Amino acid sequence: MTALLPRRGLAQILALIVILAVDRVVSPQFFDLRLQDGRLFGSLIDVLNRGTPVALLSLGMVLVIATRGIDLSVGAVMAISGAIAASLADTHGLPVVLAAALGAGLICGLWNGFLVAVLGMQPIVATLILMVAGRGIAQLITEGRIVTFSSPDLVWLGNGAVLGLPVPIAIAIGMLILTAAVVRGSALGLLIEATGGNARASELAGVGTRAMILAVYVWCGVCAALAGVIAAADIMGADANNAGLWLELDAILAVVIGGTSLFGGRFSLILAVLGALIIQTMNTGILLSGYPPEFNLLVKAVVVLAVLLLQSPKFSGIAAMIARLRGTKA
Amino acid sequence: MILKALFAASATAALLLALPASAAELTIGFSQIGSESGWRAAETSVSKQEAAKRKVNLKIADAQQKQENQIKAIRSFIAQNVDAIFLAPVVSTGWDSVLKEAKEAKIPVVLLDRDIDPSGKDLYLTAVTSDSVHEGEVAGDWLAKTVGAKACNIVELQGTVGASVAANRKKGFDTAIAKHANLKVVRSQTGDFTRAKGKEVMESFIKAEGGGKSICAVYAHNDDMMVGAIQAMKEAGLKPGKEILTVSIDAVPDIFKAMAAGEANATVELTPNMAGPALDAIAAFKGKGTVPPKWIQTDSKLYTAADDPQKIYDSKKGLGY
Repeated sequence: MTALLPRRGLAQILALIVILAVDRVVSPQFFDLRLQDGRLFGSLIDVLNRGTPVALLSLGMVLVIATRGIDLSVGAVMAISGAIAASLADTHGLPVVLAAALGAGLICGLWNGFLVAVLGMQPIVATLILMVAGRGIAQLITEGRIVTFSSPDLVWLGNGAVLGLPVPIAIAIGMLILTAAVVRGSALGLLIEATGGNARASELAGVGTRAMILAVYVWCGVCAALAGVIAAADIMGADANNAGLWLELDAILAVVIGGTSLFGGRFSLILAVLGALIIQTMNTGILLSGYPPEFNLLVKAVVVLAVLLLQSPKFSGIAAMIARLRGTKA
Repeated sequence: MILKALFAASATAALLLALPASAAELTIGFSQIGSESGWRAAETSVSKQEAAKRKVNLKIADAQQKQENQIKAIRSFIAQNVDAIFLAPVVSTGWDSVLKEAKEAKIPVVLLDRDIDPSGKDLYLTAVTSDSVHEGEVAGDWLAKTVGAKACNIVELQGTVGASVAANRKKGFDTAIAKHANLKVVRSQTGDFTRAKGKEVMESFIKAEGGGKSICAVYAHNDDMMVGAIQAMKEAGLKPGKEILTVSIDAVPDIFKAMAAGEANATVELTPNMAGPALDAIAAFKGKGTVPPKWIQTDSKLYTAADDPQKIYDSKKGLGY
């Protein structure tokens, strides 16, 4: 009975376990791990590694959504930061490359935050502007081609290893800890939730809602920029046309799967990252299954629906009722 | 004396005025789609080169991926009374009325790279396109010849689901290897024509096929996915180009770089030179009135490590790919 009444996080963990089990069925070697060139190697590592960009995006997105906002521009910001990183990689050191790429993400975040917090635009429209324009900016930087680089420092960010763990995974874990420490280690998280719950009441209660909104968009921009640098480092090139394409939707989905309401007011960082992992576990499973690619999106949609149903209190109510009826009949 | 000088001066002036006209006999308007991909950029630069080679005055209008801009460009070419119009159509339908206008103005239209679906085939002179089914066949034939009688498990990286190029390249390859019982596609999944997805899908193929030891060859519908797949193989400790054969399509510069490093085996070129054959057809049509066939198929040339990949890389990298 208690399993049907979802406690926070239980549904997500359950979903992840079920999907992992399905992956194990379609691919018996799913949990096999070995060391390859000092780097862990296996499907499980692929899930974590490929899930990194969306996990990073969801770290920023979840805070934005907690303020009742949304950021559609993260995919475009990824393309911009990747383009900048790839263009500078062979002529500048890693600190300069990272500063420029993350700086661009910060500026993008400031722009979004300015439109939403200061000019009072609807977040979905405000960030749509950069979603469209941002990819154009990235294409201008790369002149429409795939800019490749060979700088070992930047390549290491995508393909290197720290204690056997691929660098992107280590970065994602680091960012999760950092974000959690900042927002949950202080009252900041509470203030963000207050802003999303009722901005006017919070304002009257003395919360600097404008500053809060500005801050979450800036953080979202920086997270997206980091994801963009990792995506570029992974393929040793910046593909402005495709980098981060539609990933804003995956990031929003990860946040929603993580149980954060789009109406704001509460959020969970760890569950958002878990949401990103659920999406990637499913993606990797689909690739391993050997089904024709025409089924990819269909399978994805069905799984997402199932996960969301699992979380829905109404649905568990109905399920409990059916279970009760069956009990009385039998 | 003065009269003579005046005469000489006017003669020189007349000669100077006549010069550009004789140097550029033909003026051709080219409605290009826009900068949708690196290949498209290369097509534009090669078109300029080919026109300059033949001393043709080529006016390129960039449509920024919009059909209405292309229609506007064609109307303006008609108003300028150009000798011919090249059109790289962004979509296949909706060209009837503007092509009729060109026909009424007696300006021949040549389609480049993509075909259209007009009500009548007489609305354009000829179409210069590549046969993507044939490209797949060339790739498959190369693999069959290279592998010989050995059993070979192939993994395939498909293009975007629903794209006609992807379907055709798959069809051509399947036809070519169907004649050889020892060749078998064991896994096929879409990599969306991108490096990142090509790498991700190849990673999963390697895991699913026992660490990649049972994979004998990779076929990718474009070079970009192959570049990603090569990285995935290297990271898994495999040797692409040696332990695992690679064949892909497009012939973009970066695949030649991989080939020069011994990490890729073959690529089939989707030539960016569509304008060359089109210009020749127009010259023959204008000169001797030779009507070209309705379809001019471009050469799907195969490149391997034997073709000095480093040199091809150097010659291709400046084209804007």
